[in-house]
Amino acid sequence: MSDFQLEILLKLNELGTIGSTLEVFPNIDPQIVLSSLNSLKAHGKLDYTKQDKNYFTLTKEGDEIVAKGSHEMRLLQLVNKFSKLQIKEVATHMGADGKIGQAKAFKNGWISKNKDNELTVSDKISSVDAVVDETRDLLVKIQKGEYKSVDDKTLNDLKKRKLITAKKETGFQVVKGADFSTELTKLETDLTAGMVASGTYKDLKFKPYNFNSEGIFPESGALHPLSKVREEFRQIFFSMGFQEMPSNQYVDTGFWNFDALYVPQQHPARDLQDTFYLKDPIKSDLPDDKEYMENIKAVHEQGKYDSIGYRYNWKPEESQKLVLRTHTTAISAYMLKKLAENPKPTRLFSIDRVFRNEAVDATHLAEFHQVEGVLADYNLTLGDLIKFMEGFFEKMGVTGLRFKPTYNPYTEPSMEIYSWHEGLEKWVEIGNSGMFRPEMLESMGLPPNMRVLGWGLSLERPTMIKYGVQNIRELLGHKVSLDFIETNPAARLDEDLYE
Amino acid sequence: MPTVSVPKQQFFELLGKQYSNEDFDELCFEFGVELDEDTTEEALKTNEEPELKIEVGANRYDLLCTEGIAQSLNEFLGRKETPNYKLSEPTTKLYIEPSTEQIRPYAAAAFLRGIKFTEKSYQSFINLQDKLHSNLCRNRTLVAIGTHDADTIKGPFHYRALPPTDIKFIPLFQTKELNGKELIDLYKQPEQKNNLGRFVHIIEDSPVFPVVMDNEGTVCSLPPLINSEHSKISLNTTNVLIECTATDKTKVEVVINQIVAMFSRYCAEPFVVEPVEVVSEHNQQSRFTPDFSSKTMEVSTQYINSCLGLEQPAQEICDNLKKLSLHATPSQKDGYLKVEIPITRPDILHPCDIMEDAAIGYGYNKLPKGEKLSSASFVAAPLPINKISDIFRAASAQASWIEVLPLTLCSHDENYKFLRVEDDGTQAVRLANPKTSEFQVVRTTLLPGLLKTVRENRKHTLPIKVFEAGDIVLKNEKLERKAYNERHWGAIYAGKNSGFEVIQGLLGKIMETFRTQWIADFGKAASTRGYWIEEDDSLPTFFPGRGAKVMFRPREGEDAKKIGTLGVLHPEVMKNFDVPYAASYVELNSEVFL
Repeated sequence: MSDFQLEILLKLNELGTIGSTLEVFPNIDPQIVLSSLNSLKAHGKLDYTKQDKNYFTLTKEGDEIVAKGSHEMRLLQLVNKFSKLQIKEVATHMGADGKIGQAKAFKNGWISKNKDNELTVSDKISSVDAVVDETRDLLVKIQKGEYKSVDDKTLNDLKKRKLITAKKETGFQVVKGADFSTELTKLETDLTAGMVASGTYKDLKFKPYNFNSEGIFPESGALHPLSKVREEFRQIFFSMGFQEMPSNQYVDTGFWNFDALYVPQQHPARDLQDTFYLKDPIKSDLPDDKEYMENIKAVHEQGKYDSIGYRYNWKPEESQKLVLRTHTTAISAYMLKKLAENPKPTRLFSIDRVFRNEAVDATHLAEFHQVEGVLADYNLTLGDLIKFMEGFFEKMGVTGLRFKPTYNPYTEPSMEIYSWHEGLEKWVEIGNSGMFRPEMLESMGLPPNMRVLGWGLSLERPTMIKYGVQNIRELLGHKVSLDFIETNPAARLDEDLYE
Repeated sequence: MPTVSVPKQQFFELLGKQYSNEDFDELCFEFGVELDEDTTEEALKTNEEPELKIEVGANRYDLLCTEGIAQSLNEFLGRKETPNYKLSEPTTKLYIEPSTEQIRPYAAAAFLRGIKFTEKSYQSFINLQDKLHSNLCRNRTLVAIGTHDADTIKGPFHYRALPPTDIKFIPLFQTKELNGKELIDLYKQPEQKNNLGRFVHIIEDSPVFPVVMDNEGTVCSLPPLINSEHSKISLNTTNVLIECTATDKTKVEVVINQIVAMFSRYCAEPFVVEPVEVVSEHNQQSRFTPDFSSKTMEVSTQYINSCLGLEQPAQEICDNLKKLSLHATPSQKDGYLKVEIPITRPDILHPCDIMEDAAIGYGYNKLPKGEKLSSASFVAAPLPINKISDIFRAASAQASWIEVLPLTLCSHDENYKFLRVEDDGTQAVRLANPKTSEFQVVRTTLLPGLLKTVRENRKHTLPIKVFEAGDIVLKNEKLERKAYNERHWGAIYAGKNSGFEVIQGLLGKIMETFRTQWIADFGKAASTRGYWIEEDDSLPTFFPGRGAKVMFRPREGEDAKKIGTLGVLHPEVMKNFDVPYAASYVELNSEVFL
């Protein structure tokens, strides 16, 4: 507690009420008075109300008038003393003030002017000593603080004549507070280890806490929303017994990306418009398994395994072109080929990047993530696929699926998966699925009764819906906002995926 | 998938019903096409005829025009039978000369006689050719279609290849006679860039150009570019010659079949087509075109039922297949169906395609749900490198770094020059056909993506601390795919000062997570597993005297190896990436912890 705070309390104790701090503490800066009062008020020691005080002080010229009389009075006395005074002599006696005095004295009818340009006391004045100097009397009143008896017009007139100055002072009326005492205990802002150890907290007073606040957020790192959603999908796959495929191979061959999947070599997907080709390195090796290669050639050219084939000249050079994989299905094909060495029911998945040579816009990027599942088993039915998809999507809270016939070059039958979107009030496509074509599987050496289901969806789309992202470029890639990554909530696919 | 616009009014008349959008959507859904857009509202404003935009399967060339979609949906609804396409007697020949072997060796032709076009059907005829050209014909490289007013030309016809300057005719929509070379010049003009200019490359560099002529030497067309003005067809043409030239002998048949199948309905005798005798002895391609001979496929009912999880009698399967234009009857072979494949369905390659149609005919959403798949006997497992990456990710985020996912493609400069590194040609794979210079190489370091992310977030509170656990790609001649991914982890600190010690500390924290302690005296203080850093001035990305390599000894007694680098980034690097801060960076090869 500062000395001044104590002084306030002592004064309040003595007076009971401080009518105006301006009177009681006239020499203290009002700012200091206010902060001291606030501090004491927070402790409940006192309360106060603000009082503005308006008053006038005399200027230097005003002070002089009080001392010597007004200019007009001094001129009157001068004229009276010489009985006649040449106008040009006025300045000699009174300087610049003479001119004002002369004008006022004329206006008051105190003096007259004869034809020789001489000033004389007006005939109306019987006795100069009896003339009242109103200006000086006014100033004396104002000096005494009795300005309230002077009308505003006169005050303004005096201000204009630069005889008085308007002033304002802020003072306070102070009364005792509920906890008034002349002693002051400091309010503690926080409980400290020292207080806990010493037990002093029992005697301390604590400042009230502002509960209407967010607190201080911890400094923390964050995981990217896409990788959080990716982890949700991984956990779903794991819970259904799936193994993660070695999808860490972005560069692939025309063979694995297309030919192995029974995509003919003239298929539009292989256009430069859609697929990134490499110029360095430019040519891949062919797969080691020559029999498999021959099977692929045959099944494309003239057909095999009950297929009539695409009936064109299959060129190994086209297979050897290197591409950035356009789908993770290139890896699935490779894994299924490996499965053919020892066929058995198998479940595989991957979530990884794929590349498309597309024009970039709000929903398309040259690279994005594909979620893909592959399930191989004997004598699977389409109904098995449907049921399995229902189970898979149910784990992320999506139910009531419908399946629409569609076309994929490497699956037959192919089914687009739709779910009802409450917000959009329509069926929206949430994934694609199908049974891999026998031409693809039997070429690898898988037995004809082993059927393989495949399905896929993009990782970005459900993430964009989940986190309300409109532009894919603000999700994947360097244009992401770090604030967005730092503040986004946990990705729980089971919780209102389509809210 | 191609999208086909059909006039709404006419289309619903063809289907015999004014569908609500909801009902039509439903029909499309069950059949396997998609109503993309109904332009009714827009059309009201522009006073045009409302259209339906329907997305169809990329292998269903029979659905690329109004007539085709209507026919198929009518069959699906049981309102119509599959047309019985017939050939009339041929009246003329098309001679294919051996010279075409050099450029475009195959051709086929057919006549549609007594045809009556309406404005709509004429437009549809033109549109179908466009759709076929851009889809199945792969922008005319595989097949090019020419249609002619047959009454302006006289058979037999000749398909030959001639030097460009020997071919003279007035091309369609031109007024002046041009030779082949002048024609190329004309179509190479900038205003043709998105029009015929797109096809110039197909023949431009050949010493000979293909040309179809009539018996009097009148040029009919110069495929794959343009028909002649002389034989041009119009709304009033009654006899149409269709010729197709091709580099693919299978597709030329598919294309001519589709066109005649769709438009022979408007002939004087509906669904009757006049074939042309193609004489092509030099490559054994002499035949009559089009070929309507019956194609069949035998399919086991057991196979279909097993795939669908059903036990349908043969007749039920046949009924369902009929909805998809496949006429099936029990085969002589027990338990099999003999399925006739109409000329409109070249997408049927294998019994699985018939099986799919049997499923669509039955209804995907009515199929019994399988109960066979249990997850009990399968053991889940993550990919080992992903598990390592997850440890990096968790530890980095716990250490208050933010995970980012920049793109793996970047410009060559970003991967090299901007990092003050020379490309020695041994590492980065280069793209042949990127659409922008943003995508020239696959990154060989995570640094460019992280620096770009910092640049885009430079208004973020300082310091900026971001990391990525992701793949880089490196060349390797010895591999089948000539390149491989390597999983890396990189973290950057950018702020008012370089934060070198902070990055060094983060490295320590990460190494601790991987059970790896720091070893003093550059690895000499102990011979156990551990890591240390050594100054390395061979790294131009770092500020001189502030770059180091990270050394790792996996176990007692083993040689230490370099697993990454760290240091203060060179000010020029910061400037190149437009980041106005000082920064430190660490990058490790994650695979060493496998």
